[in-house]
Amino acid sequence: MTIQEQQDEIIADFEYFSDWMDKYEHIIQLGKELPLIDAQYKTEEHLIRGCQSQVWLHADYRDGKLFFTADSDAVITKGLISLVIKVLSGHTPKEISDAEIRFIDAIGLSSHLSPTRSNGLLSMVKQIKMYAVAYQAKSQIAQQ
Amino acid sequence: MPDSLTIAEGRKLDIQKIRKDFPILETTVYGHPLVYLDNAATTQKPKAVLKAMDDYYVTINSNVHRGVHHLSQVATDAYEAGRKKIAAYINSRHTHEVIFTRGTTESINLVAACFGKKFLAAGDYILVSAMEHHSNIVPWQMIAEEKAAKVRVIPIDEKGELILDNLEKLLEGVKIVAFNYVSNALGTINPAKTIIDAAHRQGIPVLLDAAQAVQHLTVDVQDLDVDFLAFSSHKLYGPTGLGVLYGKEEWLNKLPPYQGGGEMIKTVSFEKTTYNDLPYKFEAGTPDMAGAIGLGAAIDYVQQLGIEQIHAAEHELMVYALDTLAGIDGLRLIGATDARHRAGVVSFLVGNIHPFDLGELLDKQGIAVRTGHHCAQPIMDRYCIPGTVRASMAVYTTPEEIDRLAAGIRKAAKLLG
Repeated sequence: MTIQEQQDEIIADFEYFSDWMDKYEHIIQLGKELPLIDAQYKTEEHLIRGCQSQVWLHADYRDGKLFFTADSDAVITKGLISLVIKVLSGHTPKEISDAEIRFIDAIGLSSHLSPTRSNGLLSMVKQIKMYAVAYQAKSQIAQQ
Repeated sequence: MPDSLTIAEGRKLDIQKIRKDFPILETTVYGHPLVYLDNAATTQKPKAVLKAMDDYYVTINSNVHRGVHHLSQVATDAYEAGRKKIAAYINSRHTHEVIFTRGTTESINLVAACFGKKFLAAGDYILVSAMEHHSNIVPWQMIAEEKAAKVRVIPIDEKGELILDNLEKLLEGVKIVAFNYVSNALGTINPAKTIIDAAHRQGIPVLLDAAQAVQHLTVDVQDLDVDFLAFSSHKLYGPTGLGVLYGKEEWLNKLPPYQGGGEMIKTVSFEKTTYNDLPYKFEAGTPDMAGAIGLGAAIDYVQQLGIEQIHAAEHELMVYALDTLAGIDGLRLIGATDARHRAGVVSFLVGNIHPFDLGELLDKQGIAVRTGHHCAQPIMDRYCIPGTVRASMAVYTTPEEIDRLAAGIRKAAKLLG
């Protein structure tokens, strides 16, 4: 599934819920599907700044694609990272860095999350894109 | 036992009637009637305050203390009437002991900067408590750094109360003591009078941060014999952007001015400027006229209800809240469990649930609380927790809202568990 298709699927899933508590229940469920970060990477350098809760993120580069694992001490945050990873994990660095992230606005999360939480969510996306840009640069150098 | 606790007898407040004075309480959030439990952050404003401020702009807006014209005179009178109401509310001996600032934070910064400039030297100590808001820590750290002075801390125990056994020793070498009357993070009512008396026995002045006290308790600066007292208008049902610094006349006269500008001077020449008398010496620039008038109206409103009646109603609600919350599985109350030692605030955690998650799900049920460290990180470090969920009450808070909170917590905990 492409990044765009995955986003469309998430947007459609959320349309199914009208009540915000139901949406959150769904987000919390998604958190349980999060590919968990290996304990060895739960360190200061894998922490994402800008979140009120703690978030650790790790990137693996395999067969030209980036795979992300993560964790958080807050359950809702875990669900939100799970969404972001669902969309962006398993793609090439170029696809990730070029991707336009529209599902957060489309499902109304940006206006309904508390400002600190939505800043944290944007920090996650930013961090993933930074990984992608870094690996893109790395692979370009390797090709030269 | 806190020295300020007086349970009023007789007249009981009609909370439902009071709620009608606060239009914002009719708000619906995510389809639910708003339960506003973030009053320690800011209280809502009664119609009387909104009207007073509106009237000011509609009928008498003019710069104060300057014009010869009619409007300026009327505006000045209204502005100074606000100051008089505040002076009466805290029972200050003189009206000119009430200085207008932008908020509690600025009031504390003013004292830290001006007192520090004149009275602090290398090796001196400033005594604060472990339950201070950052605004009563950082200004002291800043001046301490400048003067090579040091900040010493009164520790707190597991119940969220100050440990005062070694107070005499803690006061050694101290030039000023600064602590809060009521903790914003825990709600603890501190034994202000005991600490002030102990400091005075050693000739040390005291600044009391009353930001979380003036809306819940009778605060009498003469009875407390406190040297400086700071609070914010917006936590006392008044407008935002205005604060008060009370200072004993003798202390305010001893301090150098804070900021320079108009209003705070008597004469200006390039050779020599002389400063204005109290309170204007500390009020450089055009003041917040509408704010002072709004706070005056807020104080009228509080006085009409009676601060003792407010305290009695809130105490009753606190007893109910502590009792109700205690019935929730896994709920851990942070701080005192005895309502007599608390005002306005309940801080808690539920099981291993992150406070941020709980706060977010309460919000989606229309319940406004605060989560996090409440600008008091040292307290959270003391309990080794990342933060708490804080529900804070005001005069218009009802037992039904506490029930909604409890039901909201149970529902959220079920989802998050």
